[in-house]
Amino acid sequence: MSFEPKVTAFVCNWCTYTGADLAGTSRLQMASNVRIIRLPCTGRIDPLFLLKAFERGADGLIVSGCHPADCHYNAGNYHARRRFAIFRELLDVVGLDPARITFSWVSASEGNKWREVVDDTVERIRGLGPFTAYRDLTPPAVSGAEGPSATIGGAP
Amino acid sequence: MARIGVFVCHCGENIGRTVDCARVAEALMDHPGVVTSVDYKYMCSDPGQSLIKKAIEEHQLTGVVVAACSPHMHEKTFRRAATAAGLNPFLSEMANVREHCSWIHEDRDAATAKAIDIGRTIIEKVKLNTPLETIRIPVTRRALVIGGGIAGIQAALDIADGGREVVLVEKEPSIGGHMSQLSETFPTLDCSQCILTPRMVEVYQHPRIKLYSYSEVEAVEGYIGNFTVTVRKKARSVDEDKCNGCGACTQACPNRKIPSGFDAGLGKRPAIYVPFPQAVPNLPVIDRDRCTLFIARSKGRKDACMKCAQACPKGGVDFDQQDRLVTEQVGAIVVATGYQLYSIGREQPPGLSGYGEYDYGDVPDVIDGLQFERLASASGPTGGKIQRPSDGKEPQRIVFLQCIGSRDPAKGMHYCSKICCMYVAKHTMLYKHKVHSGQATVFYMDLRANGKGYDEFTRRAIEEEGAQYVRGRVSRLYRDGEVIKVRGFDTLAGEPVEIDADMVVLATAMRPQPGIETLAQKLSVSYDGHGFINEAHPKLRPVETNTAGVYVAGACQAPRDIPDSVAMASAAASKVLGLFANEQLEREPTVARVDEGSCTGCFHCERVCAYNAVERKELRDRKGNLVKVVAYVNPGVCQGCGTCQATCPSKSIELQGFTDPQIYAEINALGGWAS
Repeated sequence: MSFEPKVTAFVCNWCTYTGADLAGTSRLQMASNVRIIRLPCTGRIDPLFLLKAFERGADGLIVSGCHPADCHYNAGNYHARRRFAIFRELLDVVGLDPARITFSWVSASEGNKWREVVDDTVERIRGLGPFTAYRDLTPPAVSGAEGPSATIGGAP
Repeated sequence: MARIGVFVCHCGENIGRTVDCARVAEALMDHPGVVTSVDYKYMCSDPGQSLIKKAIEEHQLTGVVVAACSPHMHEKTFRRAATAAGLNPFLSEMANVREHCSWIHEDRDAATAKAIDIGRTIIEKVKLNTPLETIRIPVTRRALVIGGGIAGIQAALDIADGGREVVLVEKEPSIGGHMSQLSETFPTLDCSQCILTPRMVEVYQHPRIKLYSYSEVEAVEGYIGNFTVTVRKKARSVDEDKCNGCGACTQACPNRKIPSGFDAGLGKRPAIYVPFPQAVPNLPVIDRDRCTLFIARSKGRKDACMKCAQACPKGGVDFDQQDRLVTEQVGAIVVATGYQLYSIGREQPPGLSGYGEYDYGDVPDVIDGLQFERLASASGPTGGKIQRPSDGKEPQRIVFLQCIGSRDPAKGMHYCSKICCMYVAKHTMLYKHKVHSGQATVFYMDLRANGKGYDEFTRRAIEEEGAQYVRGRVSRLYRDGEVIKVRGFDTLAGEPVEIDADMVVLATAMRPQPGIETLAQKLSVSYDGHGFINEAHPKLRPVETNTAGVYVAGACQAPRDIPDSVAMASAAASKVLGLFANEQLEREPTVARVDEGSCTGCFHCERVCAYNAVERKELRDRKGNLVKVVAYVNPGVCQGCGTCQATCPSKSIELQGFTDPQIYAEINALGGWAS
């Protein structure tokens, strides 16, 4: 059976989520490997979400929000940008290939760009193969039946 | 124990074509916590919504998941349906299986599997949703308008005519702003004061407008609906209650050669003065830097002169008056502080460079646009005669230079000042009307006449009134005996030109008022690199700022002419009146909340909040001893971005509706992907 990458996308509500809506309204066909998690703003994204997603079986991730200067909340995407600039530096420490994460800006009018981000990411992850390093460390996932585990990013 | 209902919509064929809705409903029925899962042709239709309402009652649902279109489309619809069935609206969520699934995939199996995954993530989220109540904040239905120029006047009058009280603060001794200095206005050439002064009087007499002239905003606290504003009433040295505006004091003052700010330095005024005859309020003010008595006092000598006090029949001159601080409660603030002209003299504020090559300030006959307005004005220093400042002669040739400072990155200003093309065209006409033999020459970069009747106006200046327009820049101005040599380059003819002018008028750039940054910081509104106040959205929220309850009007936001400023002021007023339409303000409850028990008071949240919504709250024990200082999120100010939550090191701040457990539940739900 061929490898189908699992990609989780963390997107902001106002730009990228709406851009993905536009891609839908425009009937732009794209790979079906992406699952979107909607957040109000990229500023809301805790880097631990990303590690958690890998731990729970994602092979690749997309993090996408409003373009610089376009943030619905004025500055949330700048905070996200700084946060992920540091996070990228730490990926090596946690055993992650930076190529498994796509950081992008997709505005509400960029349905086409969203499709490109999705297809490019899926193709890249397909080339990289499954990400198993974390799965090997954790017990098998039971679909949605449990709360956040305490291993990574569990709320206190 | 969660009791979730899942409702899968076919959206006619839109979802059903590529997603097997029955299979999705069936698969999700087996998901832990789901007690009912059905599919239906049109979930948003009346029967569809009834189906949901019935299920909520029948199965005692604790959460609803509608797998259908984007939440941007119908979230509100289904939340209303939930409310109608007695379920808190924030326990209803949508799984987007149309825009994000059926419309973008053709493979039916893959799309169905994805729809099931999407359903699972939202089910897991909804299990952790908590009932949220709409936040209601009381509104003080009273507005503050900062700036008494035409924009501030218009905003104040519109709000007051709408039935609400207004506090109008003007830093100068009189309201009226720059418009009161203008001679005639484009494109109709109607007299500026004739249309403005009645509005000024209207402000003064309006029962719902409280005017603080010669006053400045000292401090602003609070948030939308609930601002406390401290106003500094600067000492006029004249008792407002006693003065009847007779003017005896100004006549008596022996110190009469002070350059008049109202006449842009071309006329003279005494040390105790009313800025102009139609000033509102008609109250004199003592210029303490120029008054003989105050100069004596500053040198430690005894009081001298006092002629104004002796002349006053009411005993209204008060040399010992002090600044007074008054506080006002308001619910909304309109910023309308207007502009100043870029001075092209050698002395410039930091970051800006002057035009030393144009000799402004050194050659008296090189003046700026506002000074020409005063020369052309019937109330001006020459009574409306065009006379050059150096020797009072009537200039036979005036050269006007446009874009002085504007559109010139080298001078620190990239932007177009918008009004100059028009007022220069007007100046050439006023000049021609007053000096029939005179020749006006204009150096321009581009002619930008984009307004109703504007292009016709500039065409008239050129074609009927004989103004000579030269496309190009001037490299140098210098005095040569009686005349000013103007050296430039005509880019259309492709050759250098030299003109002997009697007078040169520079159309200098519009800049925000000095001190705008300080005011913006007091109000927590953002401003651009030039100091212009930023609007919340350049297209859709042009008169709001990034701080809720603070609005912007006129040239403090960008260079604007009178019609634009007035339109903007009315728009801001309508926003204020809209806010004041209800006694309480309703807000979405998806705001951040602090766990005071675990908050360590590091205040990282305070630093990342773009809205200043985080406050410091003191926790005390029963004896009143301070236990610790923790963060408190003002629900009236928080906009719900959640940046604070991702920043909090102790996980003590939580965005309602997007909590960490909710998002981890979504991530975990993806652990066992169906595909």
